[in-house]
Amino acid sequence: MARSTSKDAQALFQSLRSAYAATPTTLKIIDLYVMYAVFTALIQVAYMVIIGSFPFNSFLSGVLSCIGTAVLAVCLRIQVNKENKEFKDLAPERAFADFVLCNLVLHLVIINFLG
Amino acid sequence: MARNLVPFLVLLFWISICQAASIFQPISDSHRNAALELFRPTAGVFGSLEETHEALRTFDILGIQEKPDISAATCKSVSEALGSSAALKDLFYALRVNDVLKCEIKEEVYESITSRLRTVLNDARSLLDFYYSIGSLLHLKEQSSGVDLSLKDADVIFQSIKALSQSDGRWRYSSNNPESSTYAAGLALEALAGVVSLASSDIDQNMIGTVKNDILKLFDSIEKYDDGALYFEEKVIDAYEHHGPLATTSSVVRGLTAFTAATSGSLNLPGDTIFGLAKFFLGIGIPGDAKDLFNQIDSLARLETNRVSIPLILSLPATVLSLTKEDQLKVRVNTVLGSVAPPLTVKIVRAFLSGSKETSVIEGQELKYYPQTGLHILDAFPKTFDVGNYVFVFEIALHDSEHLDIYATGGQIQVPIYISGVVKIENAEIAVLDSDLGSIETQKKLDLVGESAISLAANHLQKLRLSFQLTTPQGHGFMPHQAFLKLRHESGVEHTFVVKGSGKKFEIILDFLGLVEKFFYLSGRYDIQLTVGDAIMENSFLRAIGHIDLDLPEAPEKAPRPPPQPVDPYTRYGPKAEITHIFRAPEKRPAKELSLIFLGLTFLPFLVFLVGLLRMGVNLKNFPTSTVPATFAFLFHLGIAAVILLYTFFWLKLDLFTTLKALGILGVFLVFVGHRTLSHLASTSAKLKSA
Repeated sequence: MARSTSKDAQALFQSLRSAYAATPTTLKIIDLYVMYAVFTALIQVAYMVIIGSFPFNSFLSGVLSCIGTAVLAVCLRIQVNKENKEFKDLAPERAFADFVLCNLVLHLVIINFLG
Repeated sequence: MARNLVPFLVLLFWISICQAASIFQPISDSHRNAALELFRPTAGVFGSLEETHEALRTFDILGIQEKPDISAATCKSVSEALGSSAALKDLFYALRVNDVLKCEIKEEVYESITSRLRTVLNDARSLLDFYYSIGSLLHLKEQSSGVDLSLKDADVIFQSIKALSQSDGRWRYSSNNPESSTYAAGLALEALAGVVSLASSDIDQNMIGTVKNDILKLFDSIEKYDDGALYFEEKVIDAYEHHGPLATTSSVVRGLTAFTAATSGSLNLPGDTIFGLAKFFLGIGIPGDAKDLFNQIDSLARLETNRVSIPLILSLPATVLSLTKEDQLKVRVNTVLGSVAPPLTVKIVRAFLSGSKETSVIEGQELKYYPQTGLHILDAFPKTFDVGNYVFVFEIALHDSEHLDIYATGGQIQVPIYISGVVKIENAEIAVLDSDLGSIETQKKLDLVGESAISLAANHLQKLRLSFQLTTPQGHGFMPHQAFLKLRHESGVEHTFVVKGSGKKFEIILDFLGLVEKFFYLSGRYDIQLTVGDAIMENSFLRAIGHIDLDLPEAPEKAPRPPPQPVDPYTRYGPKAEITHIFRAPEKRPAKELSLIFLGLTFLPFLVFLVGLLRMGVNLKNFPTSTVPATFAFLFHLGIAAVILLYTFFWLKLDLFTTLKALGILGVFLVFVGHRTLSHLASTSAKLKSA
């Protein structure tokens, strides 16, 4: 039972990998960006847990900046994805312009909160 | 309590000084100083000619030598007033000032003034016109010899002034003003006196007689103070111009003295009335106002030389005399302005302790006169004379019987005199007694003259006894105003007891058993303070004599708590306690290295991101190649970089407003180039698709 589970898992992972390989490069870049943002946030959370939350507003702005930009990137990915019929009529350039604008606004707030 | 006691003693002395001051002192140097203080010219002149006249007259009477030099500037305004057709009042005061300053005025000026004054006098209807013009003519008479100033129609003028008089002796300012005034009566009398002295022929004696009657009627309305001072008061408040009692009385005195000086025959006015007026003026003391000072000094000067009776003022250099130092009773008799009185003898009619009027200590004693000092002195008090508050009754006896009509002595004069002395304190002792048996536990002699610091101990079953004897220099018992024993606990709670005495002996017994509650069950050290004081006791004292350690029982639960001690009022003005600000302690910071390690760690995902990008074979091949779109794409990226740089500056030093302004401009730029770039990219990709 246990063996079959691990085998199943391996099979699952391989099918996932192969399916992901078919994903367009642009979406992979966005995925990589999201991963980057989330891991940066995680490192900061780890710092807070291990060492302390002072200065707390800086911590918050750091983490929220990462989370915020990750969420925006996910939004971008949803809009850019060709499989997603909902945003079929939306040009990817338009989506990118939204992403850039939202990031600029987000970071203005973040910088203001950073102290 | 002791804090309250000292001001009380001061108050007692103050009262004694005040009472001494109620016997009237003649004019002295303090008046001269006040005159120089009050009449102070600015830029070489006094305010008006009237003020100048008042100042010069006051200085003249007081005999002030070093008066301010105002003649140059004042003579100028005098000759201006005389030369022009100035107001009658100014003319009058200009002439009065000229009387003193003797400015150089041409004879023609005097002649023109004289003719002007004569026309004014002929048409005069109001009292002030009469007063000023007649006054001016009188002064002209003294200043100019060449002009004929005698009044031919003096009778007519006299009658027209008299016509303004009322039945009660007061005068009206003009015939169409029904209100009568005492102040106006003074002016009228002065004017009438002027008419009499200017008249070319004698005035009808009947008319003068009726005026004298008017004066006597006027004096019927005189007011009286309790101390015998007499004064006039304006009855009508809203009269032509209101004058206070001083100005009114002063005006009447001027009129009275001028009129009696100008007319012959005596006025049937009692000498005591004049004496009462003098008392009124002297009783003011030193006025704080220049006008009041002038009125006071001028009136006193007129009383000093008046023809009715000249008041003589009895004054004492000191009304507190020490029996121990053998002070002599000195009496001075002067006129109101302080000049020497005629030969006279001062007699003590009697002297008695205030409060026991019946028993005289001295009776019918004459004082010896010392011409060198001008003092009448009682060489020595009788042998039996003791300390106390006495009332001396003096009487002045003039040597020359002719003087009796000229001078007013004021009859019997009562003067309160304090005879002080050193009171002997003897047999002072303090003892702690056992309550039940009354046997003496500890007994200590007290030295109340020198320093002493006894220390006693007692419990609540014992008593404290303090006793001493007070004897006057004559060996009688002495009852001081204050004899207090005060116990003061360490915590500041005070208890004051009155030490009662009978005859010579003073004794107080404190039974601590009955006092525990009053003492709030406070055991511990009590400082003992004894106060014996009286105005006539020269060795009054307030002395700490030591302390007693009291051992009192524990306080039961419901015992009253001691009252909170009052805060010393002086500490309010002392330095305040220093305020220390406690800031929040800085947060504990982690080690610098640790933070740097985490900084490096945050860069790690970025590195992974970059590596991932390279692994995926990301490239910039899609970057536009033609010039115009490439420029826009480049500017787009530059714009984003600029915004991020702006954010960095915002974080480092800029404020929100500057940042938002710059961001607005950059944003517009960015939207423009971004739109161009992205639409170019979109069109390229659309072409690609369609192709």
